[in-house]
Amino acid sequence: MIPAPFDYHRPDSLEGVMSLIREHGDEARVMAGGHSLIPMMKLRMAEVPHLIDLQAIDSLRGIRIDGDKITLGAMVTQHELIDHAELATKAPILREAALQIADPQVRYMGTVGGNVANGDPGNDMPGLMQCLDAQFTLHGPEGTRTVAARDFYEAAYMTARTDEEVLTEVTFAATGGGYAYEKQKRKIGDYATAAAAVLISKSGGQVSAASVAMTNLSDVPVFSQGAADALVGTDCGDAAVDAAVAAALAEIDPTEDNRGPVAFKRHVAGIIIARTIRGAFNRA
Amino acid sequence: MKDEVQTREDRVANLKGMGCSRKRVEDARFTQGKGNYVDDVKLPGMLHGDFVRSPYGHARIKSIDTSAALALDGVVAVLTAEDLAPLNLHWMPTLAGDKQMVLADGKVLFQGQEVAFVVARDRYVAADAVELVEVDYEDLPVIVNPHESLQSDVVLREDLAGQTSGAHGPRKHHNHIFTWEVGDKEGTEQVMENADVVVEQSMYYHRTHPCPLETCGSVASMDKVNGKLTVYGTFQAPHVVRTVASLLSGIEEHNIRVISPDIGGGFGNKVGVYPGYVCSIVASIVTGKPVKWVEDRMENLMSTAFARDYHMTGKISATKDGKITGLDCHVIADHGAFDACADPTKFPAGFMNICTGSYDIPVAHLAVDGVYTNKAPGGVSYRCSFRVTEAVYLIERMIEVLAIELNMDAAELRRINFIKKEQFPYTSALGWEYDSGDYHTAWDKALEAVDYKGLRAEQAERVAAFKRGETRSLMGIGLTFFTEIVGAGPVKNCDILGMGMFDSCEIRIHPTGSAIARLGTISQGQGHATTFAQILASEIGLPADSITIEEGDTDTAPYGLGTYGSRSTPVAGAATAMAGRKIRAKAQMIAAYLLEVHDDDVEFDVDRFVVKGAPERFKTMKDIAYAAYNQAIPGIEPGLEAVSYYDPPNMTYPFGAYICVMDIDVDTGVPDIRKFYALDDCGTRINPMIIEGQIHGGLTEALAVSLGQEIAYDDMGNVKTGTLMDFFLPTAWEVPNYETDHTVTPSPHHPIGAKGVGESPHVGGVPCFSNAVQDAFRPFGNRHTNMPHDHWRIWKTANDLGLHG
Repeated sequence: MIPAPFDYHRPDSLEGVMSLIREHGDEARVMAGGHSLIPMMKLRMAEVPHLIDLQAIDSLRGIRIDGDKITLGAMVTQHELIDHAELATKAPILREAALQIADPQVRYMGTVGGNVANGDPGNDMPGLMQCLDAQFTLHGPEGTRTVAARDFYEAAYMTARTDEEVLTEVTFAATGGGYAYEKQKRKIGDYATAAAAVLISKSGGQVSAASVAMTNLSDVPVFSQGAADALVGTDCGDAAVDAAVAAALAEIDPTEDNRGPVAFKRHVAGIIIARTIRGAFNRA
Repeated sequence: MKDEVQTREDRVANLKGMGCSRKRVEDARFTQGKGNYVDDVKLPGMLHGDFVRSPYGHARIKSIDTSAALALDGVVAVLTAEDLAPLNLHWMPTLAGDKQMVLADGKVLFQGQEVAFVVARDRYVAADAVELVEVDYEDLPVIVNPHESLQSDVVLREDLAGQTSGAHGPRKHHNHIFTWEVGDKEGTEQVMENADVVVEQSMYYHRTHPCPLETCGSVASMDKVNGKLTVYGTFQAPHVVRTVASLLSGIEEHNIRVISPDIGGGFGNKVGVYPGYVCSIVASIVTGKPVKWVEDRMENLMSTAFARDYHMTGKISATKDGKITGLDCHVIADHGAFDACADPTKFPAGFMNICTGSYDIPVAHLAVDGVYTNKAPGGVSYRCSFRVTEAVYLIERMIEVLAIELNMDAAELRRINFIKKEQFPYTSALGWEYDSGDYHTAWDKALEAVDYKGLRAEQAERVAAFKRGETRSLMGIGLTFFTEIVGAGPVKNCDILGMGMFDSCEIRIHPTGSAIARLGTISQGQGHATTFAQILASEIGLPADSITIEEGDTDTAPYGLGTYGSRSTPVAGAATAMAGRKIRAKAQMIAAYLLEVHDDDVEFDVDRFVVKGAPERFKTMKDIAYAAYNQAIPGIEPGLEAVSYYDPPNMTYPFGAYICVMDIDVDTGVPDIRKFYALDDCGTRINPMIIEGQIHGGLTEALAVSLGQEIAYDDMGNVKTGTLMDFFLPTAWEVPNYETDHTVTPSPHHPIGAKGVGESPHVGGVPCFSNAVQDAFRPFGNRHTNMPHDHWRIWKTANDLGLHG
């Protein structure tokens, strides 16, 4: 559990990061909270001759709420998400999900940016951001561009972000209606056996809009338009929930690991999705 | 407060003696991060060691190239088996009479096995150099299943080829280690043939690991000028380590000093002798500098001692009204690549023959076959006396299975089979003499405390509601009544490599009435510095706060066999009381002289000797201590010291009644522990607060083992659970609220009647959690499912029973 030698850089501006990336190319990697990268380095599964720590860059910090528009700096920690009173009103699903990530010590360091940019299918924020239809801002040598969370993930640890780009912020609209984030895990600190994020708006007792996404049930987060469609226009009764679950399950591809075999994961996923949908509907 | 205004009650309270929840004196340093663990030991010029380990479960080593590692700046040496062979240290004897490779000699037999030892100027260089050692392996067939191993043509231990007999008798196959058989085979068979009911059940008690917070490590320092070797290490038995080190190295025992500093939990993991210890010693001898080796978490889980891995088959017979008539048990014991079990030498399966449990079973038979596989060696007693957790799990599952077969309530089945109070001392069918017990009283108290009848009614309602489709949650009631066997043990039948399992205490009273006591044991979190001072306070009448307890330095402490198997209080605690009584005997003579009366005319009272019938005439122990050193007393040597080596006449047999209530989500397999009630009887209670802490800790480790903690291997011999992501170590979040309770049945043969408690909650807790899970599914036809009951296995139980529609 001792990493190979590496140089540590702590630039105080995005320009500084860019110039280090230019200088060291493949040998450099940026680090936000470090909770994924540092263990991999200690296991010598990731060799990073030049580690660029983003902690000193103030422009990557802070939660900004402008009317209905919410912007999270990449270096916002999960603890800050939990602790932010206005965010808890404007988009309460973030607090609910963040409380289910690891433990308080990890959440003091773990960041939104690191969580979404790493492309680890076990991370909770990617699925959540797909549910919220968030936009990721990427800063690179060619300037700045945005990519929708729903288009960002290509495969495990493979995303639309190029090696030269840094994910700087995440933006999404405030949510109305009901929300729920449910996660089954073996213990505190574990990745999900199955987790789901659901947003539901209700009008006249019926679902007027819905969004359903899932975590750790494929090599990428899974957003299911089919599940949302199955709910819209219904009273979220058993038949509608069953249809939504069926649609969601058609899009997942879990793998066997120490949490259990595929049949178990698919079954649990169905249960968790149904509970999350009902939870969100009841709060709408 | 002036002595004359103190009441007798005040004087008792002032001692903080036995029965008092004295706060732990250790906690001031531990809670401030000021403990002194092995990794805190930093000696001038110290070098650091790290291992090259096998990535394979079974492979031939064709070559090892250390040149690139040796060329790295800062690397001092790279040791391989070839370097250790001239010293005859490439192999070492195990505690179980086998031998074990220190560094891979020609082949590797398990993933994580030590292949080469790199010694470097700092820890980072050592880790870099490990990467540079090139080992050329050739794959060999891997065997991770002991049943398969006994059928296989593959010879795992080529070094034993042709040896048809081992340390524990004949070997039936080249991968077979021993057969250990106890009891009456024929008699048991006969009873089974004629019984109304016989049930047989196979069960696998999975491999797990003690996983103490602090991993194993050592710092060895050979002083070539005075010829003295000092070894700091995570040793649960420092004196045994000194003797073994002397026998192995040829260095005389007086030239070896072994020090166990603060130890961050042991739970059996730190009983054995590991290649890391040997390599740090050899490296220090070779380099002339101190050498530190500390394993990381993954190395700890992969290579230092595991626990359990018992494939057990029980057969129990009974009359149709539930009176048990016989028990037969057979075990295939997976010992891994080397037999390194830490058991008393004459007991290759530990005290597995306590498997008749708390029940009056007239005839029984046990056979255990030890088997080699391509897994890490070990087989330690993880928070239990030797193999007692396995034994208690077997009998407590067999009782449940028998209850199902008889369609009886499992609480009642236990009650009608308990050994009765008047039967103690009770000799079991497999040869143990249970010292004392009152099982019926404890059981009734427990059942009443949880409203057992009410719980069963609620459970029946839940099952009905489940069947009506109104709930997807089932309720399990886990019952366990356990009897532990601890305090090993009588030298006549308990030894480790020939060293009798007595223990010791040496007391020195200082002139001003404070004291130091040194013991042959070593605390790893048990709070010895607190509780042993309490025993002494009550015995010698000096306040516990004025008594220092010291352990773990073989240059100063008297010889003892260490701390494991809940033996400290039964053995060293007894030695402490006996040494205290020697102090008191001398104090009595001094008091009599000072009071100018005959020895028999004074009597001990709390903290003083008083003249019989004249309580105003007394000498306090403080006065006596001063006089012992500063007054010439005819016929009495100056000073006030005593030493006692205690060879216990028998083991002690703590017992307890545990009940767990669990709700289980049938669809997700998630259990929710609603209630856990633990009644313990550990005899005389020294410090109730520490007992409660021990019970909480032991139950939590029981929860871990029964609900998810395992060392799992894939077919290639890869460890699947090598990090704390997959190896379940519960946090406060996963742990329920525990309700503790007690009865007190003192041990009749122990000087203060204490029996030991540290391991009871683990021994009783594992079957209790497991029985709760299994009981939830009993109404749907479940008889037995194997632990660990993690979410998917619970889900699978429900699925196999057709509960998912």
